[in-house]
Amino acid sequence: MPLLTVTDLRTHFHTRNGVYRAVDGVSFNVERGETLGMVGESGSGKSVVCYSIMGLVPQPPGRIEGGSAVFDGVDLLRCSPRAARSIRGKRVSMIFQDPMTSLNPYLRISEQVIEPLLIHEDVTKKEALGRALEMMEAVGINDAAQRIHFYPHEFSGGMRQRVMIAMALITRPELLIADEPTTALDVTVQAQILELIRRLQRELGMAVIFVTHDLGVVAGLCDRVQVMYAGRIVEKADAQTLFRSPLHPYTRALQRSIPALQPKGRELFTIPGLPPDVSKPMPGCAFAPRCGFADDSCIASVPELAEAAPGHSHACTRMRAGEIHWDA
Amino acid sequence: MPDHPPSAVSENILELRDVRTYFPVHRGFLVKRQTGAVRAVDGVTLSVRQGEVLGLVGESGCGKSTLARTILQIIPATGGSVILNGRNLGEATREQMLACRRDLQMVFQDPYASLNPRMTVHAMLAEPLIAHRICGAADVQGRVDELMRIIGLAPRFAQKYPHEFSGGQRQRIAIARALALRPKIIVADEPVSALDVSIQAQILNLLSQLCRDMGLALIFIAHDLSVVRHISDRVAVMYLGKIVELGPAEDVIDRPRHPYTRALVSAIPVPDPGVERGRKRIVLAGDPPSPINPPAGCAFHPRCAYAVDRCREGVPPLVPCGPSREAACIRLDEIG
Repeated sequence: MPLLTVTDLRTHFHTRNGVYRAVDGVSFNVERGETLGMVGESGSGKSVVCYSIMGLVPQPPGRIEGGSAVFDGVDLLRCSPRAARSIRGKRVSMIFQDPMTSLNPYLRISEQVIEPLLIHEDVTKKEALGRALEMMEAVGINDAAQRIHFYPHEFSGGMRQRVMIAMALITRPELLIADEPTTALDVTVQAQILELIRRLQRELGMAVIFVTHDLGVVAGLCDRVQVMYAGRIVEKADAQTLFRSPLHPYTRALQRSIPALQPKGRELFTIPGLPPDVSKPMPGCAFAPRCGFADDSCIASVPELAEAAPGHSHACTRMRAGEIHWDA
Repeated sequence: MPDHPPSAVSENILELRDVRTYFPVHRGFLVKRQTGAVRAVDGVTLSVRQGEVLGLVGESGCGKSTLARTILQIIPATGGSVILNGRNLGEATREQMLACRRDLQMVFQDPYASLNPRMTVHAMLAEPLIAHRICGAADVQGRVDELMRIIGLAPRFAQKYPHEFSGGQRQRIAIARALALRPKIIVADEPVSALDVSIQAQILNLLSQLCRDMGLALIFIAHDLSVVRHISDRVAVMYLGKIVELGPAEDVIDRPRHPYTRALVSAIPVPDPGVERGRKRIVLAGDPPSPINPPAGCAFHPRCAYAVDRCREGVPPLVPCGPSREAACIRLDEIG
């Protein structure tokens, strides 16, 4: 049985300007110990999926309209707050994009790192501090014994992200949700943090959902990848397959617009237009207006995500009908 | 320094000679004393030719944005000189400076912060034209329409306010504003870092096209090496206020010589699982040191895998190491 099963999750935001369908029917599994990459542009709904699982969607204006997120037999979206609390922050943890704003500037690092332990486990403050110290060393903070008493502003960005990771991992979670944890960091620091997540994942045997817009990070870290567009998953496959033979036009367009994969000097491939406004009803495929392969069949109905090969699904009507040939 | 024949020097539209920008550090509450200085830019010598794209890369805090602001004279240089078209900007009078500003424009990182939310696009593009008396009131409309077309937006959108545009469109407007005075050189400080990949590609294409069509020189600042490699003719790598490597973009990024450039290049994730997993990575330990109190000798030695005792002794100069390439490392020949 998968560790986490998300089925038909729909999270909408009700605002004065209309209903934003940020997540509109997303289903996926996470197996124990695996790394699942979630890729998409800003506004594709990848963060809202994470927030929904963690119960962090502000309600109102947000509302979880339907679906379930079953973690080890418990539906996190419908269980009692008490049951949810015993899982969130203990067996499922999350780290955020911006380490500058996600630590409390008024509290010493020590108090913030031990908080999950004091809440979820029956430990004394002294024991908790001991474990916090171990964790700080595990994430590579030198002079941890001394620096654990510092305030967040005394740390650099990379160090703060390490503190966040220490905080998330101190309860030894079975699932870590990482929402763009390296986007705000320099490449050299990003390399350190990715190496750290890889090592800790091996040691603790935890599963990771890694949210990013950087296809390079996904390539090095993830076992499986799912690509999101306008609140839906448009393609999922194992990392190797997704990069070698993408089947959805959006995945391919995304891949082709990265400078690293193109010969220098040639004009970069661009996706025309803008990501859609998810507050407007969209007939058919949300990517159709920007897609070079779209025809009338694309706007007739919303394409479902369906398996094309074992473990490889996509939501493109024309590809399924065999009408798209990349090199043509 | 390689010797340029005099004719080659005159082609340089912008020259930086030993530019230094320090920020004083004060201690004390009532009686403030200067106790040190942040050496944000510490002796940068560079030149940019007409129509050339120079990429400037480095980690945050290495001084690349301060260098950009020093070139624009937004922050005065502590020492050295910025020479635009043969005129030393540090010694220019107010009137001369005003004239020079026409040739030198900037595009900032965050298009959400760099456009005035209370001005329409038309007002923003017309303001420099009127302030610099580029064209009469009658011709303003025509020039604004032309600018909108250059950046690929319909002229009728000029009546809108910035909040009505997406991030990519705002960055186009910021570029149009920089182009309004027909500058000879644009300094773009991380112009695509805040944008999504698909939008980033559009802006990169637009910038390359402008440089090609208008003979515009561009200083392109970024931390993403793959973007810099794509757009630049030459690239300069900065570490702690100094340039540590300089050369043709593809050459430097595909075959880096300086240990810092090597680490930087190996840290970029490659979007191909087969390549990415088999790759040997140099993971640098720690963060860049403080520019208030830089390490003695080569500033990179505490994080460098190749450092020896000699590296602590003197600041290594930028020396030639191959065709039109320079690097600042005393062990270049030893580390191959």
